[in-house]
Amino acid sequence: MLTSIKTNSFEGNKSRELAMMYFRVAIILFGAQLLMGLIAAIQFIVPGFLFELFDFSVARMVHINALVVWMLYAMIGSVYYLMPDETGVETVHIGLGKLAFWILTAAVTVVVLVYILVQVGPGTESTIWLINEGREYLEAPRWADIGIVVVVLVFYWNVFTTFMKGRRTGIMMVLVADLMALAGLYLAGMFFTDNISMDQYWWWWVIHLWVEATWEVFVGALAAYALIKLLNAKREIVEMWLWIEVLMLFGSGILGLGHHYFWIGTPEYWWEIGALFSALEPVPLVAMFVHVLYDWGKEQGAAKARGEKGAVAKNTPAMGWIVMNAFGNFLGAGIWGFFHTLPQVNIYTHGTQFTAAHGHLAFFGAYATILIGMMYIGIQGAYGTERMKSNFKSKMALILISFGVMGMTVALTVAGYEQVLIERAELGAGWNAFFTAQEMPWYIQAQLWRTIMGVVTFVGFVYLVWDLLTIGKKAQQEAV
Amino acid sequence: MENENLSVWTSVPFWRRSAAWVTGFASMLLIWLTFDSVGQITMGNDADLQQSAKEKRVVKRVPGPTVINYTIGYEMSAKRGHEVPTIGAKQLFFGKEWSEEEAADLLHLGKLTSQAKNCMNCHTLLGNGAYYAPDLTKSWLDPAWQAGGPLQGMTGKSTVEEAMAEFLQHPSQYPTHARMMPNLGITADEAKGLVAFLKHMSSIDTNGFPRNFSKTVEQFKRGGSNAH
Repeated sequence: MLTSIKTNSFEGNKSRELAMMYFRVAIILFGAQLLMGLIAAIQFIVPGFLFELFDFSVARMVHINALVVWMLYAMIGSVYYLMPDETGVETVHIGLGKLAFWILTAAVTVVVLVYILVQVGPGTESTIWLINEGREYLEAPRWADIGIVVVVLVFYWNVFTTFMKGRRTGIMMVLVADLMALAGLYLAGMFFTDNISMDQYWWWWVIHLWVEATWEVFVGALAAYALIKLLNAKREIVEMWLWIEVLMLFGSGILGLGHHYFWIGTPEYWWEIGALFSALEPVPLVAMFVHVLYDWGKEQGAAKARGEKGAVAKNTPAMGWIVMNAFGNFLGAGIWGFFHTLPQVNIYTHGTQFTAAHGHLAFFGAYATILIGMMYIGIQGAYGTERMKSNFKSKMALILISFGVMGMTVALTVAGYEQVLIERAELGAGWNAFFTAQEMPWYIQAQLWRTIMGVVTFVGFVYLVWDLLTIGKKAQQEAV
Repeated sequence: MENENLSVWTSVPFWRRSAAWVTGFASMLLIWLTFDSVGQITMGNDADLQQSAKEKRVVKRVPGPTVINYTIGYEMSAKRGHEVPTIGAKQLFFGKEWSEEEAADLLHLGKLTSQAKNCMNCHTLLGNGAYYAPDLTKSWLDPAWQAGGPLQGMTGKSTVEEAMAEFLQHPSQYPTHARMMPNLGITADEAKGLVAFLKHMSSIDTNGFPRNFSKTVEQFKRGGSNAH
């Protein structure tokens, strides 16, 4: 991955060089996310760990911000990577794109340093503008918000002009529409209000309409691209599926927003709307799962019929992660989301480790997987090899990270059950109810297992980085 | 396939158009519902509160800042099938009654401080946030902070607001569990603002969340499991 900075096989394709720059920062931030997660997990078991030095709130804030930002980096990288294939032309304003990359990276560095070194400020507007906004996921101070909007506009301008200049495929059409919505929604999170209900109402517009609508559609477009790229799947069929997925994802996801409006002060009608539409949200995820596996099996069968031996996928580690995406998206976002989406259940599960369990598996299954897959596609391109095969390290990365995240999810689900039954159903919430549940032996055991599984995930991450750094060269040597 | 178009079910233009229509329809519906919801969750004013106190119910889902001048309850409503906040008699807050302007300023300071101190990355507010520390939605009503409760007792103060403010300024002086709240440099004024913010939040009609909160009260009265 690193050795390909200067000596890549992109043949002067600047868009792909830029994509690799985004991927590199993404993987570093992914590592930061995992380290912060480990600190926060340890603090659950050893409460004195780094107390009043690097508190849970700080570790957790950097944990979730690194998550969002590495994913945005990898998403932007993926678009810059696939655009030359899809449009058939070089990205139009590549210099501007590079400038935006450096501005964004400088801004992210400053924001993270301020989070870590300054942490909190006095209760004034200047804290919100300069230190942190204190709203989960959207902690970035306002100056950075504005910077992010500018950078995203530059990125979008690049995508749009390249789309207009080149071939207008279905995948590009979906991306152009989806990215506009994605960028525009960020604005809904950029104001201050004294009214906490109003605050959370618009806050969910950003969070939910990103991760349960526009990001999901984005993943659909990436999966479509990957199927064509890796398997030579037929574009007409893939794009038809893509439009069906867009229909189902937006059809359920937009009004599925209602499941965040059950208890924040908003009217009761959101119970019915939220329950109905969010219950439908797993449907497109099943469709995506079937689609990926069907295309894979079909192309593999066709290759076998032609008398070809071995895997049909030209990049088996990427294919592995994309299949894991199909499965993980359905399991993490679909099943684990549906578990607690009905208001009758959610009134007990809302604000417990149940949500954390769902969050871990969903972000991993729906997004981390496919973005890692795109990084492998990027590396294959950078080294210009016809085929790239999984090796021991690639397999260890896939197995350990997936097993680790699944383990954390199960542990947090058990912890969540404990909280739901003891803290909520039996004791009825409150300070004392909370701590009674936190001190139950089964809850503590669950937190211990979560930490162990977090370490497993981190070991998998080490394998992943090692593999990303070496697999390209290996594939090149094997090709000779 | 686009050219042959043997069946509408395999037609790309059909699915593209359907996707656009469904997305458009869902978005329009969301925007329409947003107008209604935003109207319903806009903060009320002092007149609404006086009406609420008279009728013993919350007229606005999100009451105005002067709600800090009233006693707040959380009672089972037979009609709605869950607990709802109630507005009761007038009650001094930090020893005085706050004008509309003063109360609004105090709430503003409190909300700003809640963000500046990053409360949400340990606690949950209205159930959203992190799960490291107790939910704060109804913390104002928590029996542990009331007269005779262990949290009020440990601070040596005689009102809920003073006890909470004292704790917020020196949290690590009052450890209740091995997991403690860190010192965040909260000033006396900021602490007052935060308590106003918490009291205001407890008066929001959250459709019965957290359910069975009154069980905590009953259990507490029985001597409950506060022993450990």
